[in-house]
Amino acid sequence: MTSTLAPAIELAGLRKSYGEHVVLDGVDLTVPAGTVFALLGPNGAGKTTTVNILSTLIRADAGEVRVAGHDVVREADAVRGKIGVTGQFSAVDNLMTGEENLHLMARLHHLPKDQAKAKVDDLLERFDLVEAAAKTAATYSGGMRRRLDLAMTLLGTPSLIFLDEPTTGVDPRGRLIIWDIVKGLVADGVSIFLTTQYLEEADKLANRVAVLNGGKIVADGTPNELKRLVPGGAIHLELADVAALEAAAMLFPEGVRGDDDLSLRLPSDGGIVALRRVLDSVEQAGIEATSISVTTPDLDDVFLALTDPSARKEPVR
Amino acid sequence: MSTHVVADSATMFRRNLLHMIRYPAVTIPVVFTPIVLLLLFVYVFGGTLGAGLGAGGGRAEYLAYITPAILLLANTANAQGIAISVATDMTEGIIARFRTMPISRSSVLAGHVFGGLVQSLIAMAASLVVSLLLGFRPQASGAGWIGLLALLVLISFAISWLSVAFGLAARSVESASNLPMLLLLLPVLSSGFVPVDSMPSGLKWFAEYQPFTPIIESIRGLFAGHVETSDLLAALIWIVATAVLGYMWARSLFQRRALR
Ligand SMILES: Nc1ncnc2c1ncn2[C@@H]1O[C@H](COP(=O)(O)OP(=O)(O)O)[C@@H](O)[C@H]1O
Ligand SMILES: [Mg+2]
Repeated sequence: MTSTLAPAIELAGLRKSYGEHVVLDGVDLTVPAGTVFALLGPNGAGKTTTVNILSTLIRADAGEVRVAGHDVVREADAVRGKIGVTGQFSAVDNLMTGEENLHLMARLHHLPKDQAKAKVDDLLERFDLVEAAAKTAATYSGGMRRRLDLAMTLLGTPSLIFLDEPTTGVDPRGRLIIWDIVKGLVADGVSIFLTTQYLEEADKLANRVAVLNGGKIVADGTPNELKRLVPGGAIHLELADVAALEAAAMLFPEGVRGDDDLSLRLPSDGGIVALRRVLDSVEQAGIEATSISVTTPDLDDVFLALTDPSARKEPVR
Repeated sequence: MSTHVVADSATMFRRNLLHMIRYPAVTIPVVFTPIVLLLLFVYVFGGTLGAGLGAGGGRAEYLAYITPAILLLANTANAQGIAISVATDMTEGIIARFRTMPISRSSVLAGHVFGGLVQSLIAMAASLVVSLLLGFRPQASGAGWIGLLALLVLISFAISWLSVAFGLAARSVESASNLPMLLLLLPVLSSGFVPVDSMPSGLKWFAEYQPFTPIIESIRGLFAGHVETSDLLAALIWIVATAVLGYMWARSLFQRRALR
């Protein structure tokens, strides 16, 4: 469906340093159009730096960066015409009301008056900001500000949206609103580049996830592929009686016995091959198992396993 | 490269006007400082300084003498206001948002320039009204008033571009008013408050050749109904040079800050 479109993002050999401090040390990425891509990484990994380079705010030291088919340096304005950015830090005008902020965006996108009004009203409605529309943004809570920020980004109908930690500091209700909006955008064919601290968020929204650490992409794949990369998954066998448990424990010496609930926990990647092997072995040995289940590590396990432990101790920014 | 320079600048101008209304803490001192100085100079020093202007000089003559300088003080006080507004604005996230949008780069700056221009025209009008209430009676003809208005708009425009550059050059909001402070001194060290001839020789040399002296002489001449062409020419050259320098400096600072 989207195969004829240029990839939303193509990054090759991206490098960026601040003085001696190397932030991005050769990052390669491709994000197909119409998909949601999540960039994970500990604080200070360079997620915001990456977003800033992709959204034409700062320049890379080296590397090929194409966004929506255009070079971010040579064709910056063409890129700007296609993207929308909701950065990590609030980008609303605090002295203007929510409604005025949206109308400011409408004017900068040169929308005709009636179209602007319809669009602003619709966004205020969708983002649950109708009541706050006439209040200055300075009086907004963190979550309201975030929602207004995203609404402002959507006013230009971008084909690629950058969301840098869109739900950090947002209450659960606001988070659900934002997730719903993101899902709606994806259904409309918009590409999303997301960074987040919440692994659950990446798991829920993203088609693909990459983990950035030490200036490089250390893992890249679907959420499920990533989960299989790390230990922490297991196959749980429940046995009919103590005798069956004894027999199973002999068969799988690496298993961890749970004598209370007659279970055996076998470390595994949770893949089909491993599962079939366990089932076959149990059947051939004539052991009576009552149930079998698989647990995979969640993205938190992946994150902890792949990222530098010293980096995780940094305070949240 | 954007084809919407005028529309985008107008949008940013509206934004700056709204800021002035919502946050008048910058505008109010800009309007009142020159008025307070006018009253101070006329009533405290006016009698003595007026006598120093020559035979028959007094408070009324001194009022006419310093009104042009007060108008320029309104302008330079405004320079501080603009620089602070610009420096504050640059710390706002919305500027980063503007930079990711396909809008003309200079429109953000143009918004500040035209907002500053309005602010300065308000401050000058307020000072002039007070001066008229105190008894100032200009002799300008209809054409003279038009020329005066044009000259004052040009001066405000030039100083606004320079002030925007000052605001961009500042490392912090707190230090944004330092460079414009120097500008505030210039009208004082010109022929604005006392005749240049009464100054010590070093200062006299500076006062004769600095930009504010021909500008003040031109305004004074237009008010009186007979302006020296050489003053007007020198004033226009200074004004155009300031505007061009301010514009180019501001643009390059904004561009560089955009790239970091
Ligand atoms: N303007 C800057 N000057 C110097 N160092 C910077 C600058 N911006 C970011 N950094 C550094 O670059 C690293 C990456 O920052 P950032 O991209 O914000 O990380 P993340 O968004 O993943 O938390 C951090 O160590 C940060 O201190
Ligand atoms: Mg960040």
